[in-house]
Amino acid sequence: MFSLEYITDSIQHWLYSTFNPTMALLLECLIIILLVTAFFGVLGLVLVLMERKVAARMQIRLGPNRVGPKGMLQTTADTIKLMMKEGLTPDGADKFLFNLAPFIVMIAAMLVLAPIAFAKGFQIWDINIGVLYVSAVSSVSVIGILMAGWASNNKYSLLGAMRSGAQIVSYELSAGLSIISIVVLSGSLQISEIIASQQTGWWLFRGHIPVIIAFVIFIIAVTAETNRAPFDLAEAESELTAGFHTEYSGMKFALFFLAEYINIFIVCAIGATLFLGGWMPLHIGHWKGFNHIMDYIPSSVWFLGKTFFLIFLIMWFRWTFPRLRVDQLLSLEWKYLLPISMFNLLLVTLIAIMGWHF
Amino acid sequence: MYRETQIINDAATLPSAEGELVINVGPQHPATHGVLHLVITLQGETIQKVEPHLGYIHRSIEKMCESLSYRQFIYVTSRMDYLSAHINNHGCVLCVEKGLQLEIPPRAQVIRVLMDELTRIASHELWWGAMAMDLGAFTPFFYAFRERETINDIMEETCGTRLTMNYMVPGGVMYDLHPNFQKRVKDFIQLFNNKIDEYDDLVTGNIIFQNRTKGVGVLSKEDAISFGCTGPVGRASGVHCDIRKLYPYEVYDNLSFDEIVETAGDSYARYLVRIKELRQSIRIIEQLIDNIPEGDFQAKTKAVLKLPRGEFYSRVETARGELGVFIVSEGATTPYRIKFRSPGFSNLSALDHMSRGSKIGDLMAIMGTLDLVIPDIDR
Repeated sequence: MFSLEYITDSIQHWLYSTFNPTMALLLECLIIILLVTAFFGVLGLVLVLMERKVAARMQIRLGPNRVGPKGMLQTTADTIKLMMKEGLTPDGADKFLFNLAPFIVMIAAMLVLAPIAFAKGFQIWDINIGVLYVSAVSSVSVIGILMAGWASNNKYSLLGAMRSGAQIVSYELSAGLSIISIVVLSGSLQISEIIASQQTGWWLFRGHIPVIIAFVIFIIAVTAETNRAPFDLAEAESELTAGFHTEYSGMKFALFFLAEYINIFIVCAIGATLFLGGWMPLHIGHWKGFNHIMDYIPSSVWFLGKTFFLIFLIMWFRWTFPRLRVDQLLSLEWKYLLPISMFNLLLVTLIAIMGWHF
Repeated sequence: MYRETQIINDAATLPSAEGELVINVGPQHPATHGVLHLVITLQGETIQKVEPHLGYIHRSIEKMCESLSYRQFIYVTSRMDYLSAHINNHGCVLCVEKGLQLEIPPRAQVIRVLMDELTRIASHELWWGAMAMDLGAFTPFFYAFRERETINDIMEETCGTRLTMNYMVPGGVMYDLHPNFQKRVKDFIQLFNNKIDEYDDLVTGNIIFQNRTKGVGVLSKEDAISFGCTGPVGRASGVHCDIRKLYPYEVYDNLSFDEIVETAGDSYARYLVRIKELRQSIRIIEQLIDNIPEGDFQAKTKAVLKLPRGEFYSRVETARGELGVFIVSEGATTPYRIKFRSPGFSNLSALDHMSRGSKIGDLMAIMGTLDLVIPDIDR
């Protein structure tokens, strides 16, 4: 069966047999940097095109269909346009922080990619505190957003950044509690072990109703964390024009834009890993034949399929719901989601201790 | 320095009270739907004061009308409230006809009312989409435009244009109806009845939408009267102000339709009034479409119209409220003075009162339900 594991293993074997260990490690790092950067570019193009096509489909439009076959090169053309544009820095802005902010947001998004398992044996860094690392590093991006809003010297940007700060900090709590409920069930913080614990079935199906509740809360919380509609208050264009990135143009704007889509990919990948078994194929109890056929589908296809399904869900929200108001947003989190997820965590812990899950 | 530039600069530099933030919403802003400029004073996210600054699209329409003949000035008024252009023209021709004491053929009267109601539907459709977009939902905008397009096509067939119809002339309408008119309007009614239910599913019943609009921007009945709010804004506060019921013109007194009045006075009530008015407009069209009388579509008039010396006033119910047309005539071929009482101006004046103490997001919900058309305010 096709697996990326053979490729990664053989490259590693070749590197370590040809060079001394330090050199080999450095070369590995270089390859990974290239891969991550290339992955970033491709993912950005694909997700933006997907968003536009999904939106068009829901809005009885055609979407981009002129550049390239079925409009597939539209986002490439847009990227070239953005690169050609002049990256203006406003007069009253804090120039250093203003120019630094998009990179902080971008780097935070890049770092979170490290522990994600894209396929069987295809993981950059299988750190033993993987889940903790993800929730820690993903919150760094709020610093970049606050920095952008403050340094722009624009009142709209400032309001947007403050909203974003309040929002990300609050919704991280319930996202974290939902993640912890899976950690409790699988007994590990390591991504590879969490996936391995779902060998016999995904946690979404094995954990009874509490895990389904945790999954729903997780999806709501990450939609808010990535500043997507209906929680896109930070860049609510009918209120704050473009929120924290009002003053950005050209490639600096593109970095924010790209980081937003990469963040969506990352949170959906985490959701797929924790609740839907990562790259694990769908197995149903003792249906030997069915399970065997499912095994033939490559693990990378399983992972990307689940992730893109979740991304589609999040896009669906965006093109259906109106936006919440800032006080409603915070009361939703602090009055409803957080108490529910705390109580839910108790239930999940009870299930884990008593071994009631399937 | 231009006065408005001065205002923008002042807003940026004026010393404000502790913790207050003065921001300019507009003249170019996605939520103002035109060149409206609001200087809002914020305390955190809470609005302390909203100060509208007008005049960015002032074209001195009233002054222009004074140098145009009684046939010509009607077409300028299409550019005031361009979404209910047809109803604006209606107000003007009613005023001229009052002066000339013309008898309008019954066919022309029915055609006028039919076109008025189609225009009202088209206008409310656009409002519905834009209002949902103000609240952050994009998709309704496209749904609304899909149906609005059908009305525009019907208009195009009969009137020749899609937005500024210019179909009214003193004494009747300019051309007879297109042969396809009745069939296409019936098709539209059939299509549209299902679509209103779809609108309710998509937006009206949405819990986020209800949370965003219920109890937001409350305008009491007394305030609505003292600000002169008319149309759906006034009716949502419980004021009976439908000109079609109070001072019926054309064939409105023979038709059965309800004046929609809500009592809550909040954004949700204003929303409901407009959505329910869509159904009432359909009801009016259904009553008339099979009963268009035969006969002339235009009364015989002189080539050059001269109003007798005096003052003439007429009013109609546009999609936004009461439009008053006041003509002072010196007996010449052109009016001596024209004054329009536009609904948008009075409705906008309540904005500050309604939005004090609410959040920035609420301001967009309030402005959305006021259904402002800026050229109507500035003229």
